[in-house]
Amino acid sequence: MLKFDHVSKVYKGGKKAVNDLTLEFEKGEFICFIGPSGCGKTTTMKMINRLIEPTEGSIYINGENIMDKDPVQLRREIGYVIQQIGLLPHMNIQENISLVLKLLKWPEEKRRARALELLDLVDLTPDYLEKFPHELSGGQQQRIGVLRALAADQPLILMDEPFGALDPITRDSLQEEFKKLQKKLNKTIVFVTHDMDEALKLADRIVIMRDGQLVQCDTPDEILRNPADEFVEEFIGKDRLVQARPNIQTVEQIMNPKPITVTGERFLTEAIQIMKEKRVDSLLVVNEFNVLQGYIDVELIDQKRKKATKVSDIVEPVTTVEAGTLVRDTIRSILKKGMKYVPVVDHQQRLIGIVTRANLVDIVYDSIWGEDEITA
Amino acid sequence: METINELIYYYSQNGGYVWEQFYRHFLMAAYGVLFAAIIGIPLGILIARYKKLSPWVLSLANIIQTIPALAMLAVLMLVMGLGTNTVVFALFLYSLLPIIKNTYTGINNVDQALLESGKAMGMTKFQVLRMVELPLAMAVIMAGLRTALVITIGIATIGTFMGSGGLGDIIIRGTNATDGTAIILAGAIPTALMAVIADLVMGWFERKLSPYKKRKTQIHTENAAA
Repeated sequence: MLKFDHVSKVYKGGKKAVNDLTLEFEKGEFICFIGPSGCGKTTTMKMINRLIEPTEGSIYINGENIMDKDPVQLRREIGYVIQQIGLLPHMNIQENISLVLKLLKWPEEKRRARALELLDLVDLTPDYLEKFPHELSGGQQQRIGVLRALAADQPLILMDEPFGALDPITRDSLQEEFKKLQKKLNKTIVFVTHDMDEALKLADRIVIMRDGQLVQCDTPDEILRNPADEFVEEFIGKDRLVQARPNIQTVEQIMNPKPITVTGERFLTEAIQIMKEKRVDSLLVVNEFNVLQGYIDVELIDQKRKKATKVSDIVEPVTTVEAGTLVRDTIRSILKKGMKYVPVVDHQQRLIGIVTRANLVDIVYDSIWGEDEITA
Repeated sequence: METINELIYYYSQNGGYVWEQFYRHFLMAAYGVLFAAIIGIPLGILIARYKKLSPWVLSLANIIQTIPALAMLAVLMLVMGLGTNTVVFALFLYSLLPIIKNTYTGINNVDQALLESGKAMGMTKFQVLRMVELPLAMAVIMAGLRTALVITIGIATIGTFMGSGGLGDIIIRGTNATDGTAIILAGAIPTALMAVIADLVMGWFERKLSPYKKRKTQIHTENAAA
């Protein structure tokens, strides 16, 4: 899909930003370019849509040399998201989302329909179409920025530290949302960042660069397990390397497979009875197909006891992880968001288990006292 | 008190004449600014593109601005003779600096990130100018036109010496007459009024053209209610 063939870039004055880079990526891959500032990662990315022209070598997209294409045409076929977001302040959200479509001369009704469709992808209501960028929060603005890059269904999207300017909590949720979106739409993403956590979380493959040179290009797990050299090790950081060592990898291995649940039709008194029997302070609410609906806990019951009689009246949504998620990502959401537990669901939202803080304590306990867990 | 009575008497006797001069005065100023906009806005865009030109163009416009109005008119008279055209041309020259400078600043101040994302989305250079730079610079360009119009309304008063008419005629007649206070005021008040109104109207346009628009929430809720 995307191929770099001995690409170099020398700026005026002889500074070599990128030196003899050869890489190849498949369709649907999420690629993170990472490295300290000035390592040439942004230059590499901008060469793909010819915002910067390579000095030597060639770049191919689907076998076509980009230097043979008209740069304007080329850029319309590649999505682009930047850290500063870059929504046009004089245009409303609809106009902003469908800007590329306008350049491609789509008729007005089709543009509006497409904008609505896209807005739905990020769970924003249609009334956002009429709003102006400055009326939105930073996180919402960047969601729109991402949608703008998806508008013409471009197969390749370039992103230059898109979540860098957001606060940690917004960044976290946007990363998750975006990763899901990428899997669903099967886009090839080239993502530039200097945040190792972000790269480990999102990337299928990570390209580590230093002084314009390629240092290592591998999957996150491979990089964590076998860093190419000291530079990579230092860049990843000691604590992440330690985290990567344990044998336990995915949440299924540590979750409690029998979470205590209740269905929506039950009365609150029954729910309290279950809590008492099982000695817990919250219950996960599921429907008859075991699909997770949310949670209830003692406090919620206490607050709404007077108005509500059934469990379904007071159920609150809950953040979940999908089966197959790495343990370190789950730990992160438990610690960062201060959640007491995270339900584990399969891809159809059916509840299959729960990870609680107690499970995490078990891991720590095992790694200290367990017979076969000590690998370090 | 007597002056005010005289003033009212003057207006009641010469209302049509004052109005005619007022209109003429305004047209001179407006034409000066209009021609300057036709030349100045493209020139401002040009020097924003080719930065090397900007010190030359801006210093030239600056030099024109420093020439005293009377001297300018006198020199132009030597070349173009008497008449309204000479005055309009002088007003055109005085309008150039604020218009070029504001266009240049407006275009230059457009956020680099917006230009980059415009370009990266596949806009041609002209589309970047039309869809990003001009709309975002429009308020600043409008501020330049506003300054230019207020300046030219002031300077157009002196145009009377070139025989161009305008409210300056009334003022000069007042200075030449014995006890002409009322006549001077009869000319000066409309001039000042015109400048103030022009400033307010152009200021309104400037705000209208600001890129940071507010959604008209009230209209929306009314529609929803209906």
